Amino acid sequence: MNSSKKMRGGSMNKKNSQMEIKDVILESGIKVKPVYTPEDVKGMDFKNQMGAPGEYPFTRGIHKYMYRVRPWTMRQYSGFGTAQETNKRFKYLIEHGQTGLNVAFDLPTQMGLDSDDILAEGEVGRVGMAVDTLRDMEEAFSGIPIDKISISLTINSTATILIAMYVAVAEKQGVDTKEIRGTAQNDILKEYIGRGTWIFPVEPSIRLIGDTIEYCSKYVPNYYPVSICGYHIRESGANPVQEIAYAFEIAKAYIRHVQNRGLDIDEFVPRFSFNFDIHGNFFEQIAKFRAARRLWAKIIKDEFNAKNPKSMMMKMIAGGGGGGLTIEQPENNIVRGAYYALISALSGTQTMALCSYDEAYTIPSKKAALISLRTMQILMDEMGLTDTVDPLAGSYYVESLTNQLEDEIMKLMNKVEENGGIVKAISEGYVQREVARQAYIHEKRIQSGEEIKVGVNKYRIEEEERNIEFHEYNPNLAEEQIKRLKQVKAERDNNEVQRNLDKLREVANTNENLMPCMVDCVKSYASIGEITKVLKEVFGEFREPVGF
Amino acid sequence: MQKRPIRVLIAKPGLDGHDRGAKVVAHALKNAGMEVIYTGLHQTVDQIVESAIQEDVDAIGLSILSGAHIPIAEKLFKKLKEEEAKDILVVIGGNIPKRDFDKLRKIGVKDIFQTGSKFEDIVEFIQKNAGREHE
Repeated sequence: MNSSKKMRGGSMNKKNSQMEIKDVILESGIKVKPVYTPEDVKGMDFKNQMGAPGEYPFTRGIHKYMYRVRPWTMRQYSGFGTAQETNKRFKYLIEHGQTGLNVAFDLPTQMGLDSDDILAEGEVGRVGMAVDTLRDMEEAFSGIPIDKISISLTINSTATILIAMYVAVAEKQGVDTKEIRGTAQNDILKEYIGRGTWIFPVEPSIRLIGDTIEYCSKYVPNYYPVSICGYHIRESGANPVQEIAYAFEIAKAYIRHVQNRGLDIDEFVPRFSFNFDIHGNFFEQIAKFRAARRLWAKIIKDEFNAKNPKSMMMKMIAGGGGGGLTIEQPENNIVRGAYYALISALSGTQTMALCSYDEAYTIPSKKAALISLRTMQILMDEMGLTDTVDPLAGSYYVESLTNQLEDEIMKLMNKVEENGGIVKAISEGYVQREVARQAYIHEKRIQSGEEIKVGVNKYRIEEEERNIEFHEYNPNLAEEQIKRLKQVKAERDNNEVQRNLDKLREVANTNENLMPCMVDCVKSYASIGEITKVLKEVFGEFREPVGF
Repeated sequence: MQKRPIRVLIAKPGLDGHDRGAKVVAHALKNAGMEVIYTGLHQTVDQIVESAIQEDVDAIGLSILSGAHIPIAEKLFKKLKEEEAKDILVVIGGNIPKRDFDKLRKIGVKDIFQTGSKFEDIVEFIQKNAGREHE
């Protein structure tokens, strides 16, 4: 978050007039000098290390004219209750100028449980939209032209099912699958580190991701089948270096897996995207993204011998910043959000999403969601942020910090590889423990006041009146959803469902790609719970290496 | 009479997978000299009560961020009663709005620690209320 130690006043009065300048150490462990000069970027080969925007190594951005030609997409995360309610919120956001959708699913959907499952009790429609069958997805996107607005699905362990449903919805809307745009989060490895909606063991989970990548590269070529998330790793406690290093190692694990299927890197890596977090020190975040973009390009070119420049471009959604928001004095989060959006724009993001000011304690209200959207729009339309590409380039500080962060990220990546790679590190719980340790250190620093959070450990208002609006959970919602599920089950051809599920079991037991079969399953209105049950029988379930 | 260290079960009930808070508090309690067992994710209430009895803990700390704290607390206390384990101290941490505090206390939760609560407050409360003497 903020730098560890601040220069404090008071020392000015010292008789010898020598100012005492305290150390500033960033979260990444990098020491910040009070002044940067040309000396700090001496020896830097600007042409090769920075390049022009839109050219290797893409430090300055992945497009030649960036926002002048392609303004960032604004994509607030939303979804709750039933498909009908979610459809209404989607339309509300689109009506107010949002340019993409980011769908939140409830926990049963994310965990492969039907709404009538005993384990889903109390959770149906609570933190996102409830989906049991294709019928729910049809309703969620009813009246929304999915060939025109790009839609992102925040779904991981059940992503094969939801992507299949999405493809089916497109077909029903008469959209050619080749025209479908959008992104699935579909990054299971980070779920074992943070967020926690894993179901299956590590290896079959990676296979499922491989299936979606391979399938999309052939049939849904404009879709981003995977968005690798440093975001949740950082939200779980990781520092910025860990955020990028672990995310890149995860991306490399997926690449190697898909390469082993015989696909060429340039066939599928252009459709990779990343999801990163913004909170903490302003310049450290900007340098983090510039460093990451350069490093990713080098890795893909040098380590994987890609030829297509599109493979080397690190495309990202950057924003959120949940970890930086506070329950205390929640209106302050509006200001924080504005800074995070500014960081995101200065970092050359492709897509922006902001946590809303009330998100530290509730599902965002309509008003809060609109303020987040307006924050991004003000930045785009009033502040001149889209006028010129990478405006901080050439700053002695930013360039020097970018170089240092690149080194640190590389060092950590090498360490992970030397110790047997990310899949092993996650399976054994090593990364989880490292991140938890970092979270504890961070929390202690906040509690001791070493690290300042305004309104929390400084300028606190003790007897704070909290006049805040909560998202109301509708207790009748589960009942409605279960009724819908029963109705779908009564109307569908149960023999066809059974045939498709049997076929799925058969294919899951082979190395064959199970996506075509998955599409058949969802089209026959097999439920998420039924499909997941079959996959659990074949793959088993993940055993968490519990530790802290 | 010898005092054994306080044993605490940190539990993540339900489907929510956000365990940063659970792990951070587990660290803090351990550093305060308690024996801490962490259940891991996706635990049912039955599994939590079973672990609590098996591990002979003095306290259960539930970490809940999804908003489902009331139904979970109700289920937990029903199960604790069935298993005659009502003397185990139960506290909840996480995203719990103040307006639900009374309701949770009525159900039997001894105290609620919202996100951002101080380690020392959590430690002190558990030390004061969960210390059982063992011969």
